[in-house]
Amino acid sequence: MAITQTEKSVSQPISTPAVRRIKWQEVIGKLIVYILLTAGSIIFIAPWAWMVSASFQPIGQIFNWPPNWIPETFTLNNYRKFLAAEGFFRWVLNSGMLAVVVLVVQLFFNSLAAYTFAKRKFPGRDTIFLVMLGTLMIPGQLFLIPNYMILLRSPLFGGNNLLGQGGHGMLDSFWGIIIPYAFSVWSVFFMRQYMKGIPDDLLDAARMDGASEFAIYWKVVMPLCGPVLAAQAIFTFTFVWNDFFWPLIVISNPDLRTLQLGLALFVIKNRTVWDIVFAGSVISTIPVLLIFIFFQKYFIRGIALTGMK
Amino acid sequence: MAVTEVTRSSPFSARLRETLRQIRKNWSAYLFIAPGLIHFAIFTVFAVGFAFYISFHEWNIIKPDKPYVGLQNYLDLIDDPRFHRAVKNTMTFMIGVPLNLIAGLFVALLLNTKVRGQAIYRTLFYIPVVTPLVVSSIIWKWVYQGDYGLLNYYLLQLGIIDHKITWLADPNLALPALIIMGIWGGTGATMVIYLAGLQSIPEEMYDAAKVDGASALQRLFYITIPLLRPTTFFLFITAVIGTFQIFTEIYIMTNGGPLNRTTTIGYYLYTKAFRQLEMGYATAMAFVLFAMIFVFTVIQWKYTRGDVEY
Repeated sequence: MAITQTEKSVSQPISTPAVRRIKWQEVIGKLIVYILLTAGSIIFIAPWAWMVSASFQPIGQIFNWPPNWIPETFTLNNYRKFLAAEGFFRWVLNSGMLAVVVLVVQLFFNSLAAYTFAKRKFPGRDTIFLVMLGTLMIPGQLFLIPNYMILLRSPLFGGNNLLGQGGHGMLDSFWGIIIPYAFSVWSVFFMRQYMKGIPDDLLDAARMDGASEFAIYWKVVMPLCGPVLAAQAIFTFTFVWNDFFWPLIVISNPDLRTLQLGLALFVIKNRTVWDIVFAGSVISTIPVLLIFIFFQKYFIRGIALTGMK
Repeated sequence: MAVTEVTRSSPFSARLRETLRQIRKNWSAYLFIAPGLIHFAIFTVFAVGFAFYISFHEWNIIKPDKPYVGLQNYLDLIDDPRFHRAVKNTMTFMIGVPLNLIAGLFVALLLNTKVRGQAIYRTLFYIPVVTPLVVSSIIWKWVYQGDYGLLNYYLLQLGIIDHKITWLADPNLALPALIIMGIWGGTGATMVIYLAGLQSIPEEMYDAAKVDGASALQRLFYITIPLLRPTTFFLFITAVIGTFQIFTEIYIMTNGGPLNRTTTIGYYLYTKAFRQLEMGYATAMAFVLFAMIFVFTVIQWKYTRGDVEY
């Protein structure tokens, strides 16, 4: 740092014309950067902006050629129709409820395990953790059918007897989504990395004062984990809210559909009602978009931490 | 004799006693990981074993009889033209991986030049990433729509095409169209991770290179890209694994068509398991998918690790 400063202060007075040329180059360079970034971000946001605009247009105008980027007649009718149609309102609640429940359950069990792996010493710790990490490479499709069978044969759920026979188990119920998502190795790994940075002295001091192991986790470690918990909460909420594949497999009762599942099946069944479809698309994007915009700081940090490993 | 017996066995039994003592002392640690461990044991460890078992059976969920068929499911895969098509399509999808990385790195490099409004640009590029995939699929279905679609309008305006194209119904264009949509949805994520990587490169390295007279391009190829290698490795692996499992956009936009040209392994597996109820066959397919991901990862890991050590 000091070296660069002296280098600059020496070179400046000697060659003024060269400095001026470099400045011009810098300005032009900056300008090119801004043009590229602006053009790129317009292209990236355009399809999305079109959806938002179309959701406020009557169906006739959506089909206009050339496309209307600004609604000629602004209407909220599409949203009214969407929320009135086939129980969409209920699906919004289902998605919100599931996302919050999975988030709370995951944060608790994952952080408890992460703390234990990060801060406790016990026989088998490293072996167990390594085996868990090793399974992260297995594609989700491999678990698809066995986990479907496990849910189907869960004892005492959905009319099943003790041996898991007779009913549909956790399938076609929210249990079928909450239970498989109750724990995530990926998130344990991520939180553990963060918790390793908490000084041991702090925990030992609490131990000296006679705090129980659970109290150390709950009262000493957790309050220090705000950023990583926030990042995980955002990831989990977004993941569950946006998830389509697993609800498609598990849920068949229309009343239990999540918003993504309901929207997708609606699109496949009604190929022409683009007005309702666009309104529904906007509604199912709003929560994750708001979360992203307001908690961007945590989101970006979380992603950066995951990426850097 | 008795003495040697004792000396031989005592280190072992002492170790065992010590381990047991440790286990007893740390009972709460086991209690804390118990919920996660039980979940992992059922939904991961048992599930993999169970999947392996299923893959050797003719497993139709509504038929009580599930006969053992040995390697038949795996052998059938070898002769299944639709599976071959699915593998080929999935591999073609991989073209999107390097394109996604290049696009993400390019945007990250631009943003890293200390532009004003970095947060705004970052948000705009990132919005496609948080958008639910179901919604992205709906948006792009409209973009590629033949009669009213946005893409046709602007390409006609620019004179790049001279007639309307139904992108998703054309056997040669449907897959490239989906790859482009994938780049749209993925660039923001790669950009953010590259940006973090770029910001961890010490400024001094660039200053030193500048003093040595290295041009901007030289700095990019001899400093930036080599130092970003771990980031690139991570992004490459996750993108490859993600691409192997592409499903939602196919389900909503093309149903695997036209002429199976967009049927991916993930989509074919789903139709086999839940439309034709051939779950044994589908599970065998999942193991082949796993093997492919494994080989890919190992090759990439060896190659990258070798370079880093150098």
